[in-house]
Amino acid sequence: MNTVAIIDYGMGNLHSVAKALEHVPGDHNVVVTSDPKQILAADRVVLPGVGAMRDCMGELKRLKLDVVVKQVADSGRPLLGVCVGMQAMMERSAENDGVECLGIFSGTVEPFGNDLLDPVKDEHLKVPHMGWNQVDQTMPHPLWKDIMPDSRFYFVHSYFVQPSGPEPVAGSVVYGFPIVAAIAKENIFAVQFHPEKSAQAGLQLYANFVAWDGQ
Amino acid sequence: MGLAKRIIPCLDVDNGRVVKGVQFVDIRDAGDPVEIAKRYDLEGADEITFLDITASSDNRETMVHVVEEVAGQVFIPLTVGGGIRTVDDIRRMLNAGADKVGINTAAVSNPEFVREAAEKFGSQCIVVAIDAKCVNEETCGKDEPRRWEIFTHGGRKPTGIDAVEWAKKMVKYGAGEILLTSMDRDGTKTGFDLELTRAVSDAVTVPVIASGGVGELKHLAEGVTEGRADAVLAASIFHFGEYTIEEAKRAMAAAGVEVRL
Repeated sequence: MNTVAIIDYGMGNLHSVAKALEHVPGDHNVVVTSDPKQILAADRVVLPGVGAMRDCMGELKRLKLDVVVKQVADSGRPLLGVCVGMQAMMERSAENDGVECLGIFSGTVEPFGNDLLDPVKDEHLKVPHMGWNQVDQTMPHPLWKDIMPDSRFYFVHSYFVQPSGPEPVAGSVVYGFPIVAAIAKENIFAVQFHPEKSAQAGLQLYANFVAWDGQ
Repeated sequence: MGLAKRIIPCLDVDNGRVVKGVQFVDIRDAGDPVEIAKRYDLEGADEITFLDITASSDNRETMVHVVEEVAGQVFIPLTVGGGIRTVDDIRRMLNAGADKVGINTAAVSNPEFVREAAEKFGSQCIVVAIDAKCVNEETCGKDEPRRWEIFTHGGRKPTGIDAVEWAKKMVKYGAGEILLTSMDRDGTKTGFDLELTRAVSDAVTVPVIASGGVGELKHLAEGVTEGRADAVLAASIFHFGEYTIEEAKRAMAAAGVEVRL
């Protein structure tokens, strides 16, 4: 049986992620764990996250899981980052006066700020970006399999990633301006939205993840 | 193309059972929160809100189990309000699978609680619920704009606090969303208090959910187009089988509101 490890570093929505992964079809076993051995032995790994970046990175480091996530990233095994988990994979976040992150992807995490304008309607946009928005699948990827183009996913975030490296943006969403909804490289896929809260489209993405070999 | 306006059905739960008579013809158990939540999810609800109206705190644990059950089967955001008074209440609900908690009375009696909660769990899961009532309906007019004050304890207890100022203050303290209920309109089926909704929505930077007064489908779209709400919440029009969520969304789309269909 395959094992999917969800990294438990005390930050938020990991039970929802676990329930969604348990719900999707497949011969897999879901474990929620902060044990490096269990994480490194798993076939697939999810880095979830909700909350403030300073706390997230602080806990990852305290539990020595920052090193473990990087090892998983280098191992070729499928790794999925979700929301703040995705943001933690960048080099640096502007949140909490600046936080050094994992550096799995090149680039930074930037705030929407409070003066976000919709250039078309010339209206102020609310922050957080909260609700169901349409994701443009900007490149084909096994994790988009059987998900209709422009499907809506559930977002809730006040910061967004700004990649600077050669890694392709896998999905994009418009909120005032185009922002990154998904980024990919080799065995790593990361999403800004919450698949576990995105009804059918989100469950399909998790089903695709548990079937993905990382290629 | 863009962010959809949300439709949120709200369920009152007492001792683990949905009350206010949800009526679906083909549902086996009209009081089962899990069955009803699944139905709303299938119809296309964008989120579901549970309001725990359990009077006895001894039975609070029941709500935790309800959330656990629902969260294992329904994969859209869940908000739980009613009786959230401590950091520990919030933690238990989030661990059970809730995505957000609604704080109402506890925010009024201790605004610092909102700050503490937002710092601990993040603003994204802190919804401050505001029950507002117009306090100068007789005298307002040309020279005196309408004013609203907030009420607690289910709209019974006046506080003397201005609703718009309170919303701004709560956002400053870390609220990630405002659930705004007009006590004047609640239960009247005459539509949202659009002036109130717009006043609050224009005053804050976070999303506002309009609530109280929906009686027909056109009211939902008005909440967005005229009230400038980011989401609309309704209970009875969905519970009594008058309209499905899908019908509501089609009506909103026809009125030019972007929705998830």
